[in-house]
Amino acid sequence: MDKKEYNDLVTSKSKNPNILEDAFISFLAGGVLGAFYEILTCWYIEMFNLTDQIALGWSCLTFIAIAVILTGFAVFDDIVAKFKFGVIIPITGFAHSVASALIDYRRDGFITGLGANMFKLAGSVILFGSVSAFLFAIVKVIIYG
Amino acid sequence: MRIFTSFMAVGLICMIASLIYDTTKFTPGHITSLFVVIGGLLGIFGFYDVLMDKFGYGLGLPITSFGNSLVKSAYEGFQECGFFGLFRGMYVSTSAGISGAIILSFITALIAKPKD
Repeated sequence: MDKKEYNDLVTSKSKNPNILEDAFISFLAGGVLGAFYEILTCWYIEMFNLTDQIALGWSCLTFIAIAVILTGFAVFDDIVAKFKFGVIIPITGFAHSVASALIDYRRDGFITGLGANMFKLAGSVILFGSVSAFLFAIVKVIIYG
Repeated sequence: MRIFTSFMAVGLICMIASLIYDTTKFTPGHITSLFVVIGGLLGIFGFYDVLMDKFGYGLGLPITSFGNSLVKSAYEGFQECGFFGLFRGMYVSTSAGISGAIILSFITALIAKPKD
């Protein structure tokens, strides 16, 4: 087997060929979560008389709490395997990555385990989010003053 | 109605992510980072907030809104106390999510048993 054949074999095995099915499942799962988020935020606003920014924050925390608890019960990995990007792209994916890193590295101790690995997966989101946000905010300042 | 538009909007974002994953060599880490940057890009001209007004609060859920909030808060910080405000204000509206994820995850990690 030469190199090209090998590469073809690897790509054919490593990626799921059901592109449309994956996309549809992600669409459904993400959509359902989005609809729930809308309902929950409206409910917070009406029930507790909150401004929409505060209500959005509470909804965000609620979803994070659910994702973290499900990760704690080791259920969330199965959910991710099933619904893929429908749960990775929402904030639940961020919470899951922090929680699973903490749970997995617990055995390495508090400092070298928990502390050092907390942002192992979520770190890239925070890093590139911050750096790009800094640049974009400067652009916004230049444009709007 | 806004429930339906939220459904469509968030669903579409997740679908795009899935399509990118299946057709390129990007890992989920690449894609979430990419989406945060895209959210920030849409935040420059306040476009993301317009979308959110139109399609509902559901758009606060995808990671794109994280990037948008970062840019928005950094800009608000700038208006409040100049260049220093860019640093001071950046995490104002996202800190609830970050600290919530850290604290809840820590408590969970103390209780939960790691998989073998």
